[in-house]
Amino acid sequence: MRDVAVVGIGMTSFGELWRTPLRSLWAEAALAALDDAGLDSVDLITIGCMSSGLFTGQEHLASLLADELGMAGVPAARVESACASGGLAVRTGFAEVASGLSDTVLVTGVEKMTDVDGADSTYALGTAADAEWEGFHGITFPGLYAMLARVHMQQYGTTREQLAMVAVKNHANGLLNRHAQYHLKVDVEGVLGSTLVADPLRLFDCSPVTDGAAAVVLTTVERARELQPDRPPVVITGSGLATDTITIANRGSLAALNAVKLAGERAYAMAGRTPEDIHLAEVHDCFTIAEIMATEALGFFEPGQGGPAVENGLTALGGKIPVNTSGGLKSKGHPVGATGVAQVFEITNQLRGEAGQRQVEGARIGMAQNMGGSGGSSVVHILEVV
Amino acid sequence: MTTGIVGYGAFIPRRRIKLEEIAKVWGADAPSYKRGLQLFEKSVPGADEDTVTMSVEAARNALVRSGGVDPQKIGALYIGSESHPYAVKPSGTIVSEAIGAVPALHVADLEFACKAGTESLFLANSLVKAGEVTYAVGIGADTSQGAPGDALEYSAAAGAAAFIFGADDEKIIAEVVDTYSWTTDTPDFWRREYMHYPRHGSRYTGEPAYFRHSMNSARGMMDKTGLEPADFAHAIFHQPNGKFPMRVGKKLGFTHEQLETGWLSPWLGNTYSGASPIGLTAVLDIASPGDLVLLTSFGSGAGSDSFVLKVTDRVTEVQDLAPKTRFQLDENKIYLEYGAYAKLRGKIRMAE
Amino acid sequence: MFSPARAWREFPQRYRLEAEKCASCGAIHYPPRLVCAECGAREFTAVVLPRDGKVVTFTIVRVPPAGFTEQSPLSIALVELSNGVRIMVQIGDVEDPESIEIGMPVRLEFRRVSSDGEAGVIFYGHKAVRAAS
Repeated sequence: MRDVAVVGIGMTSFGELWRTPLRSLWAEAALAALDDAGLDSVDLITIGCMSSGLFTGQEHLASLLADELGMAGVPAARVESACASGGLAVRTGFAEVASGLSDTVLVTGVEKMTDVDGADSTYALGTAADAEWEGFHGITFPGLYAMLARVHMQQYGTTREQLAMVAVKNHANGLLNRHAQYHLKVDVEGVLGSTLVADPLRLFDCSPVTDGAAAVVLTTVERARELQPDRPPVVITGSGLATDTITIANRGSLAALNAVKLAGERAYAMAGRTPEDIHLAEVHDCFTIAEIMATEALGFFEPGQGGPAVENGLTALGGKIPVNTSGGLKSKGHPVGATGVAQVFEITNQLRGEAGQRQVEGARIGMAQNMGGSGGSSVVHILEVV
Repeated sequence: MTTGIVGYGAFIPRRRIKLEEIAKVWGADAPSYKRGLQLFEKSVPGADEDTVTMSVEAARNALVRSGGVDPQKIGALYIGSESHPYAVKPSGTIVSEAIGAVPALHVADLEFACKAGTESLFLANSLVKAGEVTYAVGIGADTSQGAPGDALEYSAAAGAAAFIFGADDEKIIAEVVDTYSWTTDTPDFWRREYMHYPRHGSRYTGEPAYFRHSMNSARGMMDKTGLEPADFAHAIFHQPNGKFPMRVGKKLGFTHEQLETGWLSPWLGNTYSGASPIGLTAVLDIASPGDLVLLTSFGSGAGSDSFVLKVTDRVTEVQDLAPKTRFQLDENKIYLEYGAYAKLRGKIRMAE
Repeated sequence: MFSPARAWREFPQRYRLEAEKCASCGAIHYPPRLVCAECGAREFTAVVLPRDGKVVTFTIVRVPPAGFTEQSPLSIALVELSNGVRIMVQIGDVEDPESIEIGMPVRLEFRRVSSDGEAGVIFYGHKAVRAAS
């Protein structure tokens, strides 16, 4: 396998972008990444998008979006794994360059969620669960994570306050990210006083509905050095992909995210790294409990210690292992298909030393963890500056 | 051929609303309504309960009491109701599917205001008696509606009773000794197609409708069988309120003691096609072998079905096998305020 | 999104709680599938799920999805039935959502789960109600 580098990154602002249709949103991010890479052609375009069909009535994005860039004729592939679609687009692009099938890939993710109303977007997101055996009963995503949270709290003593602290931290980081949907300072009381969405989760435990797109350009390390001799290449050294049962009824443990654990192990193995080596991570905080459970699954903390870790500031910007310096899904926003790619944008930014006020000192090895549904799938990438 | 009930069961929803709670909203004088109608509270179906769901649970209870009747041997299933969930598409097929009686059976839904339930019982028993089927099921069930503020709102309630009929002597719990029916065209209470709530002729629903038909049916039943009120251990009449069944029973010569076991309306309300059938299940729950029981229903439009039943030795073996009617009526109740009640009964206009 | 055909083919599972048991290792699958998730075998026998169980975890959905907006607040639980099979079901007849707790004994009852609007097909299934302990 060849070594794969991230040579260009781009993203739109995330938010309720009423004036911008899906195709323009996507093209904006794609062009920003191509410009950053200094390229105007690629061998393949990958697109992560969960449900352009349910949100906008549009499928066949491979054709639509290649065309939108004036690249009709170029191979393109849309991939889907619910909220891990973006990470899967990264993994697909990585595999193409690593295997030698393509030299340069434009990896993208996009989701346009605001053209439908609340009940319909809740429904669309709900299709990441088992439609027949979970969705049929009226469960929602907040509801599924609420069920997992309840077990985690009962089994490990994780507190409501610790969940709230995840939101507080991520909003503090989001204030420093010009692309973030929310620039809003939040405190624990504010989280605990926000409206109940699915007991025990409240509005401020939940990532928002967002429009946005993100893109990265992958190529070989050699090509990266040619294109950008003044920038040390950011290399994807590990890539891991895993699934778990789709229904929580069939999960082994309700207090653990096994897909994340497996994807993490596969990424660590490929990269020859352990959790202690990771300097910072972008983790899939679709709900506050998800961040806590993911940090445990990735081996940053022992099972049950994710809550205390947040409480003790270990995952804050200046902490032992900063998690979600971008603001996470919570304050940056969660345009579903774009998220996994936006995570790689942030890690690359940090490893290049270009994260400004959010810069983690001495960041050389970073991780991006993306997850689908209630933990039914997960993609993990490890990136390093060489 | 001797035929009769080989399994019986009732289902009453858990929610209740007190008469005062309804009266408060419409500015009615609760104490005088309670005295006048002898109604205190009524059952309220949840938004997830309807004639079909209640019939399934009642039928399941009946199957349990039947001591192992194979649902595949049920040759016919009839549900009488005036609140079938679909105007076109039978409730009976859903219930048959749920209890595993499909596919070799006859099904059709019945409507005859409050006596569609007993008509189902008559048909089921008759098919068994004619030798056409091995077992047949008759169900009376309703989640009836009363127009807001109307007198009927105080009584319209929900419940179901299911009866499996057969001819095997070892299984019969109550033998159907004889039946009788008395029917005329009497427009006392009706609901036109596509209208949401029924209308009624107010006091006209009394003597020319309820009393005339119930009394003629009961008297005709007793004449046909040569029996008199004193011969019966229990008598059950249709129960649109607490007052009417007691009045008609006493007019016919029955005592309070004979009437009280099957008299549920003061706490249940009027469960329409479920009314006298549920009353019958309450009687069977405490009946003794050898008891004679008179069941006389009434349905507006109008008609009255009567049955003379003779309870067998088997009754004491089955009473405790499924939740008893009085238990369902008195225990685990959830009381509602009018707002929650209106929401559940679909009386609030929602957005399209 | 729920067509009559789609609702109908699931009646054995929804109405009668029919499941399958692996002929090799005994694992029970609800709904049935073509290959045993535990041992990979392909032969099964028909079984029916028991109707009693207990709450493993639950939530109260205050922001329901399309098709359930009138049912808010919606109590939903993961219930472990007495044979070990876990299913997701709504909790019915809830007087006070605060009173639901992990470990609560429940019994499955036949109920309406949802419908395709006022004019569409009604979807029946089971809900869990608190069992008399």
